[in-house]
Amino acid sequence: MSLVWVYAVQEAGAGEAPDMSGVDGERPRVVGTEELAAVVGTVADDGFDEAGLAAAMEDLGRIEMLVRAHHGVVAATAQDRTVAPVRLATVFRDDDAVTAMLRQRHDEFRAALDRVRGRREWGVKVYVDGTAAPPPAPDAGAASTGDRPGTAYLLRRRADRDRGAEAREDARAVAERVAGTAAACAVDVRRFAPQDARLSGRTQEMVLNATFLVDREREDEFRDTVSRSGDGAVVEVTGPWPPFSFAAAEES
Amino acid sequence: MTSGGIPMPGRGARSPEHRVESTNLADILERVLDKGIVIAGDIRVNLLDIELLTIKIRLLVASVDKAREMGIDWWEHDPSLSSGERDVHEENRRLRQRIGELEADRTAELDEAPPRKRAATKRRAPQQQESDG
Repeated sequence: MSLVWVYAVQEAGAGEAPDMSGVDGERPRVVGTEELAAVVGTVADDGFDEAGLAAAMEDLGRIEMLVRAHHGVVAATAQDRTVAPVRLATVFRDDDAVTAMLRQRHDEFRAALDRVRGRREWGVKVYVDGTAAPPPAPDAGAASTGDRPGTAYLLRRRADRDRGAEAREDARAVAERVAGTAAACAVDVRRFAPQDARLSGRTQEMVLNATFLVDREREDEFRDTVSRSGDGAVVEVTGPWPPFSFAAAEES
Repeated sequence: MTSGGIPMPGRGARSPEHRVESTNLADILERVLDKGIVIAGDIRVNLLDIELLTIKIRLLVASVDKAREMGIDWWEHDPSLSSGERDVHEENRRLRQRIGELEADRTAELDEAPPRKRAATKRRAPQQQESDG
């Protein structure tokens, strides 16, 4: 007994599945109707049934493996054709159930493919130095309040806080400027929450984490313009990504 | 979490100055887990699990301050995640100590005024003197 994992939806005749390993080490393949097809993989029923997936969702190591494999197959497929990426952990009993689903939601998939045709997704992040931890204030107030260490301390704290608010305001302005520059070269945008420094692996603070749908003809312009728009802040452009963030009609 | 991973298509093809190809797990999770077309398959993955996972990932992905604002703090009880919080505890300890010292100073200043459990505020102190005088 086996199950069928779905990676992405494409147009019928768009091409074979990529020659690589899927989420269960399987070789992905294509099933389809006259108009639409899905890139799928045959996976074991233990491990990918309700109980197996529920257990996997509790295991960050297994999640990482599934996420990377799923993304890898979708990305490889997207290299030479238009695809509508499907969310992680979409599993059917058999191929017939997949083709039935393709027929049932035909219009929606068509619209998704039209939306991303000839376009790819590019991530843009902006990092700035320490808005969270401003440098210690010079001891300006110490002379006049030398006999009041508590007051001097509180004045210093307030100065630190004011400078922190100013830095945050500046950071927001930089982030919005980069986002605006990127949006001018893009078709659509989605925003993610900024990543914590422990995930980004940087000491600087992330102040923008957005992703843009860009026409292929404008990709060079997008990357060059966005990369230069930081004005001192670090701008990181990632991609191209398969259009995961734009497969659904609106931001979820 | 950034080690290993799958090369992105087009890697190295063109490389403007600031461009960094990313196989950062957080970047992939944001897209693969939270985006993409949603299809209800035959295998019903408990949506609560997906949502819970998204929340867990979000906590790692979102800033810790933001999560705390939302009233989510389970990581503070998770020893593997809470090491970064020690600074805050230390900061709180120092602040409490400083407040104690300030209150002691204030009490010393007011040692001629009627004794109070808490230091009188500046606004109330003159009124007190007026009514006393």
